[in-house]
Amino acid sequence: MERPDGEEALGLLRRMLLIRRFEERAAKLRAGGLIPGFLHPYIGQEAVAVGVCAALGDDAVLTSTHRGHGHLIARGADPARMFAELFARTTGYNGGKGGSLHMIDAALGFLGANGIVGGGIPLAAGAALQLRRAGRTAVGVTFFGDGASNEGSFHETLNLAALWKLPVLFVCENNLYGEFTRQDRHQLITDVAERASSYGMAGVVVDGNDVLAVRDAAADAVARANAGEGPTLLEAKTYRHRGHFEGDMGRYRPKDEVAAWMARDPIDLFAQRIQDEWDLPEEAVVQVRAEVEQELDKATAWAKEQPHPVPSGALEDVYVETYEGAVLR
Amino acid sequence: MSRFTYADAVRQAIAEEMERDESVFMIGEDVGEPGGVFGVTKGLWEQFGPDRLWDTPISEEAIVGAAVGAALVGGRPIAEIMFGDFVTLAMDMIVNQAAKIHYMTGGRLSAPMVVRMVTGTAGSTAAQHSQSLESWFVHVPGLKVVAPSTPEDAKGLLRSAIRDPDPVIYFEHKQLYGGRGGPAGDVVQVEPIPFGVGRVHREGEHVTIVSYLKTLHHALAAAEALAEEGISCEVWDPRTLVPFDHAGLRRSLTKTGRLLVAHEAVTRGGFGAEIAAWAAEECHDVLTAPITRVGARNAPVPYAPELESHVIPDADRIADAVRKLVG
Ligand SMILES: Cc1ncc(C[n+]2csc(CCOP(=O)(O)OP(=O)(O)O)c2C)c(N)n1
Repeated sequence: MERPDGEEALGLLRRMLLIRRFEERAAKLRAGGLIPGFLHPYIGQEAVAVGVCAALGDDAVLTSTHRGHGHLIARGADPARMFAELFARTTGYNGGKGGSLHMIDAALGFLGANGIVGGGIPLAAGAALQLRRAGRTAVGVTFFGDGASNEGSFHETLNLAALWKLPVLFVCENNLYGEFTRQDRHQLITDVAERASSYGMAGVVVDGNDVLAVRDAAADAVARANAGEGPTLLEAKTYRHRGHFEGDMGRYRPKDEVAAWMARDPIDLFAQRIQDEWDLPEEAVVQVRAEVEQELDKATAWAKEQPHPVPSGALEDVYVETYEGAVLR
Repeated sequence: MSRFTYADAVRQAIAEEMERDESVFMIGEDVGEPGGVFGVTKGLWEQFGPDRLWDTPISEEAIVGAAVGAALVGGRPIAEIMFGDFVTLAMDMIVNQAAKIHYMTGGRLSAPMVVRMVTGTAGSTAAQHSQSLESWFVHVPGLKVVAPSTPEDAKGLLRSAIRDPDPVIYFEHKQLYGGRGGPAGDVVQVEPIPFGVGRVHREGEHVTIVSYLKTLHHALAAAEALAEEGISCEVWDPRTLVPFDHAGLRRSLTKTGRLLVAHEAVTRGGFGAEIAAWAAEECHDVLTAPITRVGARNAPVPYAPELESHVIPDADRIADAVRKLVG
């Protein structure tokens, strides 16, 4: 892909910052009792979601994981409605029925976070199949972790998608851990992307903390998919800064490992690069940071005002009453 | 002062059975060195080492399938499915393999193993982490199904489950883990509890409430409240759903003449339907009122607290149902 201009570069930084600060606020609000249930922070992995989404057209269809906030924001979701969902309000993305693990924005082609590890992988292939049947050139994209690459759904889907040359991007965010288990204790390979060759598809490893490298690798994969060359297994090497979920201190990780990755914070790296490589006013980055805070201030303030669901609403939506058909762009 | 919790009970049962029998081992996601997501297996890895506690990749079908294979050749595996919801990925191994092997081989082989899983909701764990799927397993011949409600039962029944020659599905309720149980102390001696023997938690005259797992505690709270209104409830816990203590339930119904079944699982097709049908067939001579069920309303478990509590039954709903039944 072409080198982005200053405006685009700032846009990428802004999205990464939005994810980071959204999550930091969510963690705080959860500790303050405003958010029930689970929260799996994406902090540290922002360059993957933002890089991949920057390479996608509006018509792509995406599936995500239990760590889905970053993917949603990168795709352009409204943080206010996300907070409303986390606060379990009716105007949240799932009307308060889903919460963090199940957040969905069909209008963005975003088929949801997922509480089941590996659950989203086949869905993206199926979406790609239907897109192709419908004569569209759009791609299906699925995010998942190194841990998920041990599930049967991963292996079955890769084989199927390769066999049918489905236009899919399998994006493995290798943050080195599946829950508390380090990669070398759950699989013998270092590069998950190696698995691609056994299914006859392209396998690519990219620095997941370099947003432009991710964007370019994803763009290549999209081009292959659109050219009828089938799926790509794209592995982004990255790291989550916090525990597996809020409340997990992550003590199973060596201190020097954490420190080494923290020193390669994707946002700091890119902010530095913007200042070094693009001809932008000194305070451009500072201003982006301020805009993000403003947006999130507004988002949380709005979400806190939103109505709670009425209990009997629990029994609505179990079966379809009116269905307007799938929402695809 | 330390206290004996349900989580302690499970851990102690595993430890004691591992000490007793070399062939007992555990297999599951993060059950070894990390000590389990709920901390249930904490310390076992240090005590027994990696040959007795196998941390696995995230691969549910392989976890349960490997347990079945090991059991067929002399192992006594305890497989852990972190949340019962994820057992869907291992159903073939449980339903088509473990449950069938003894029968299909004309009694020559068996898969003596335990599949432990965490069931129910912990509060806003939402649709894919909150389900109560016990009736699925009850429906499959060849499986035994255990659902302990107290620390003592959790320990005694797990000890039996591990020794049992059949595949056993063992449910642990998330919200019971930390709950205070019996006497305080580091290790509480509990002998293996035989399957198929229910337990009367509270004696009563007007109605028998059958319940298990977390809902049993709601039933006890309801009984307490109803006692003040002059309604006397017998609260009875089957402890094992398969085999089921039919004689014990009949004894209780002979005394009370009325039956209410309460559980966290969705009412429709839930285990309560089985109990109700059995009682209608076999105890109609002692029943003086229609059988009533209280379970989750017909919806996936929602995230918002006010929605969740509308779906999942509590003490008030049980008490209301009892009032209707005796009124
Ligand atoms: C089928 C299934 N098994 C287990 C879990 C519990 N669980 C949730 S997240 C997780 C770890 C996933 O690791 P990975 O795929 O590497 O993603 P990461 O958490 O690193 O983003 C596990 C085991 C689950 N949600 N679903």
